[in-house]
Amino acid sequence: MPTEYGPAAVWGVVVVLGVATFGIRASFVYLFGRIDEVPTRVTNALKFVPPAVFAALTLPAIVAPEGAIAVVGNERLVAGVLAGAVAWYVDDILATIVVGMAALWLLRFGL
Amino acid sequence: MAVSRSFPPAEARRGLRDVAPLLLGVAPFGVVTGATAVDAGLSPLQAVGLSVVVFAGAAQLAAVELLGDNAALLVVLATGVVINLRMLMYSASIAPHFRSFHARWKAVCSYILTDQAYALSVARYTGVDADLDPAARRRYYLAAGGSLWVVWQVCTLVGIVVGARVPPAWGLEFAVPLVFLSLLIPATTSWPKLVAAAVGGGVAVAGTVLAIPLNLGLIAGGAAGVAAGVLADGRLPGDGDDAGSGGAH
Repeated sequence: MPTEYGPAAVWGVVVVLGVATFGIRASFVYLFGRIDEVPTRVTNALKFVPPAVFAALTLPAIVAPEGAIAVVGNERLVAGVLAGAVAWYVDDILATIVVGMAALWLLRFGL
Repeated sequence: MAVSRSFPPAEARRGLRDVAPLLLGVAPFGVVTGATAVDAGLSPLQAVGLSVVVFAGAAQLAAVELLGDNAALLVVLATGVVINLRMLMYSASIAPHFRSFHARWKAVCSYILTDQAYALSVARYTGVDADLDPAARRRYYLAAGGSLWVVWQVCTLVGIVVGARVPPAWGLEFAVPLVFLSLLIPATTSWPKLVAAAVGGGVAVAGTVLAIPLNLGLIAGGAAGVAAGVLADGRLPGDGDDAGSGGAH
């Protein structure tokens, strides 16, 4: 699927996307530096960003890896539940990854 | 101003230690992203440029695939921007901790703001033994975020040069959600936060099932989860403050 766009178009995408992405990342970092006090209501809401976004990044890949919710025959659901148990009891990122991947491979390749 | 007696300083060491397992999840993603860029017809220099200038894996991957499909340039750009919109939430969430940084450091820290750098740092800053001075916060962030930057660049370069030789059946991309799972559980320290996680994850799953384009389900999930958490706050027993999230790392 080689692109038919020339170097100017590709570099244009690189630069514009790079500038836009930096703007998104820097937005509130600079805005909150300009106002005296970040409102309490805002900081109260922001503490919910980690659980909400991490769940949104995690759950679809475990519950619906092929685009539909799958329980029966869903290797990633089993691997994800096992990895979740490790995260809960051990609270170690490396152990969670190792157990999750090992479970996936065991289910997929047998041994 | 505390003069550091050891090198690297304590918080930088801690950042390096905390980020190490996450690098394992990022590495295969970087290799695939580099290989995909070359497959899509980008020159090696363009592929490196994309990684260095944009430095956002999911957006890079989407932009490269759309370029390979010869999609309209506006679609390529809009897709990349929308995928990165979740970083608005990270920017707002981490900004209070960066307030006293010099403008130059704010620029550097913004540039290397990623899912993983945000996740580790916000857990460190709000953890039970937190109360870090600005220099310590900056060192922790730069050590964790900088390591992610270096590994990302090296791994995309490897992908560009040697291509992706790992069979898809290995499912290495599954390491990425596993990383977020291991960050999610210690971040869910109260009933309102559990509500935020349940709604955020549920909406994102609905977005996947309904095949909502441009990763919008992810952003909708994040926004809905935050709103649900705010609504649940005060109605359900909370943890009183935001201490304890990921403090055990």
